[in-house]
Amino acid sequence: MMNMKVKNRISNTVIYIFLSIMVIIWLLPIAWLVLCSLREEAGADLSYFIPKTWSFKNYIDLTKTDTFFFPRWFGNTLFVAVFSCILSSLYVLMVSYTFSRLRFKIRRPLMNLVLILGMFPGFMSMIAVYYILKAVNMTQSLLALILVYSSGAGLSYYVAKGFFDTIPKNMDEAARIDGASQNQVFWKIVLPLSKPIILYTILTSFMAPWMDFIFVSVIMKDNYQNYTVALGLYRMLERENMNTYFTKFCASSVLVAIPITALFISMQKFYIEGVTGGSVKG
Amino acid sequence: MMIKSQIIETPKRKTGSFNNLFKTIGKSLSYGDWATKLTFFIMGFGCFCKKQFAKGILYFLSQVAFIFICIFFISKFLPNFGSLGTVPMKKVWDEIEQVYINVQVDNSMLILLYSLISILIILVFAFLYLSSLKSAWTAQENIKNGIKNKTFLQDIKALLDEKYHTTLLSLPSIGVIIFTVLPLIYMILIGFTNFDSDHQPPAHVFDWVGLDNFKTLLSGSAPISKTFGKVLLWTLVWAVFATFSNYFLGMFLAMIINKKGIKLKKFWRTMFVITIAVPQFVSLLTISRMLAETGLINTWLEALNIIEKPLPFLTQGWLARIVIIIVNIWVGIPYTLLIVTGILMNIPQTLYDSARIDGASAFKMFIKITFPYVFFVTAPYLLTQFIGNINNFNVIFYMTGGGPASLNYFQAGETDLLITWLYDLTVTFSDYNIASVIGIMVFVICAGFSLIAYNLTASAKREEDYQA
Repeated sequence: MMNMKVKNRISNTVIYIFLSIMVIIWLLPIAWLVLCSLREEAGADLSYFIPKTWSFKNYIDLTKTDTFFFPRWFGNTLFVAVFSCILSSLYVLMVSYTFSRLRFKIRRPLMNLVLILGMFPGFMSMIAVYYILKAVNMTQSLLALILVYSSGAGLSYYVAKGFFDTIPKNMDEAARIDGASQNQVFWKIVLPLSKPIILYTILTSFMAPWMDFIFVSVIMKDNYQNYTVALGLYRMLERENMNTYFTKFCASSVLVAIPITALFISMQKFYIEGVTGGSVKG
Repeated sequence: MMIKSQIIETPKRKTGSFNNLFKTIGKSLSYGDWATKLTFFIMGFGCFCKKQFAKGILYFLSQVAFIFICIFFISKFLPNFGSLGTVPMKKVWDEIEQVYINVQVDNSMLILLYSLISILIILVFAFLYLSSLKSAWTAQENIKNGIKNKTFLQDIKALLDEKYHTTLLSLPSIGVIIFTVLPLIYMILIGFTNFDSDHQPPAHVFDWVGLDNFKTLLSGSAPISKTFGKVLLWTLVWAVFATFSNYFLGMFLAMIINKKGIKLKKFWRTMFVITIAVPQFVSLLTISRMLAETGLINTWLEALNIIEKPLPFLTQGWLARIVIIIVNIWVGIPYTLLIVTGILMNIPQTLYDSARIDGASAFKMFIKITFPYVFFVTAPYLLTQFIGNINNFNVIFYMTGGGPASLNYFQAGETDLLITWLYDLTVTFSDYNIASVIGIMVFVICAGFSLIAYNLTASAKREEDYQA
């Protein structure tokens, strides 16, 4: 019996050591990012990890406008994120509710169509989207970004539909018997019960514009004024800017990561429910 | 005669709605009153005469709008759809400046795009036209049968009730049609043209070439085709390694954190999960800096005398491939950790207790209890991960950008996946036709895997039914 305990203790110690090493590896890049952002010496590749001189210079520099307009980019991204988040969340909820609760003739065909659309790589049509925007003279504008981000949102309805499927149907049937229209059922009965999935949808669609670099770079080209942070940060790391701007890149990355991380941690529960939705019912 | 009518009768049930439609048209042609018949020429006339004024006017306005669109838009582009234009530029004498200037005549790209939009408009109009006929006929029938026709207000109310799906889906589908379906069809059609870097509008026109692009890509001899083979192979290898390494390592991590007696479970998990919250482009660009030849990792390894000169982590073909798979583990494990943890908690503890009484080892319990349980629940997730990895753009793009470039490849690098190659071909090299064909190939591959997996899970489900 004693032997078992000793064995268990040894294996637990091994696990603790292993976990600590793994955590260090996982946090190393993030720690380095934060340290670099607080480093006064410029340059991308230094042979030491801990800064020699600490300062907030990089953060303060971000507010000064030279070739990079970080405050403006941050504002742009926030603007796009808020509006595309509102639109996308509405779209996702509308589509997923329709497919989950309402029955109509072309429901199955439509769902299959969405499935097929999803199998084409998204980048394939990116250039065509650019030309469509160009035809209506809307390239290089933030409005275009909002439209593009939100318009496709309805296609990723699966998670929310999975949630709506779990809400018992007899609730809305009872309401229907009492004379409520489908519209009332949606707004007054099902939506109030769907707080987790609404939060999840809002969270994911709010985060998307902060992360996307590809569409912005195709749509914005060289209009620095309307960049979002992702694209601006990427520009900072181009070869000719690398050494001058690396520490500033780190500082602005930290600034971008903080709100997203905070949002994520506070809504982690819903995110996990959303991600695991279908799979963790066991 | 009997037999014939039977033959006609049979398929009616299958294509019910279509038949109903033609029946309505036929009936309104032969039995319709003059107002219904006139609806064939003036949309909404039938409704208008049956006192459904608002509805009738709306139908009529849509017809007027369509005629205008036809004259000013469709007639300019759709007739050129077959040729995609012949003359890109024309020299025109400018009286004021006294010089010849180039004037755009045919822009193939716009012709193709606007033709598609025209076809879309025509389809929408056809739908409206048929529905106007149908409502004229219904209105007539209702009056004949003594049923009151619906007022406009009732029609609007129906949109919030029994036709609520139309209301909810209308806005999202307009967005999807304009920014997803239309561009997608446009790009697929480009795959059948020669719209490459040598045929760029407005200076040049491009043309339909049939299946030529597919032939070049799949022939096996052209440089493009050889590159396609190599890139495809690496894409599949990558997808397999990326998916399974994440899956098993993530599962392992979840299990040791979940082990009895390990404290601070929540802390350990959060430490890993935090990396999900940091935007991928930030973390990946940082890691790629750390791995650069003069980067932090190389400096450390040199300082520790482990290596003599910097390792080309991201600039040497095979090493770069391995490094990318490892970095992808860094990216992906937290997700697996999240999912598997949830499942592990759901496994009934009694299973383990009875196994322990029977004297099963930890390894045996994993093989016989944990793994089957987790695998069964996560099979669909595994498939989406696999397809997601075939289309995994971020890791490759931010780490190596597809590089190192190689002379053996056609405008691709050694770590390029099909999807990053597609990106380069469109954004950097403007070879849209080849990019389009690659996109179609990716679709075929993904659809193929999904179909196989769907059949497998369908049979698995049947088995479950059987067991229950």
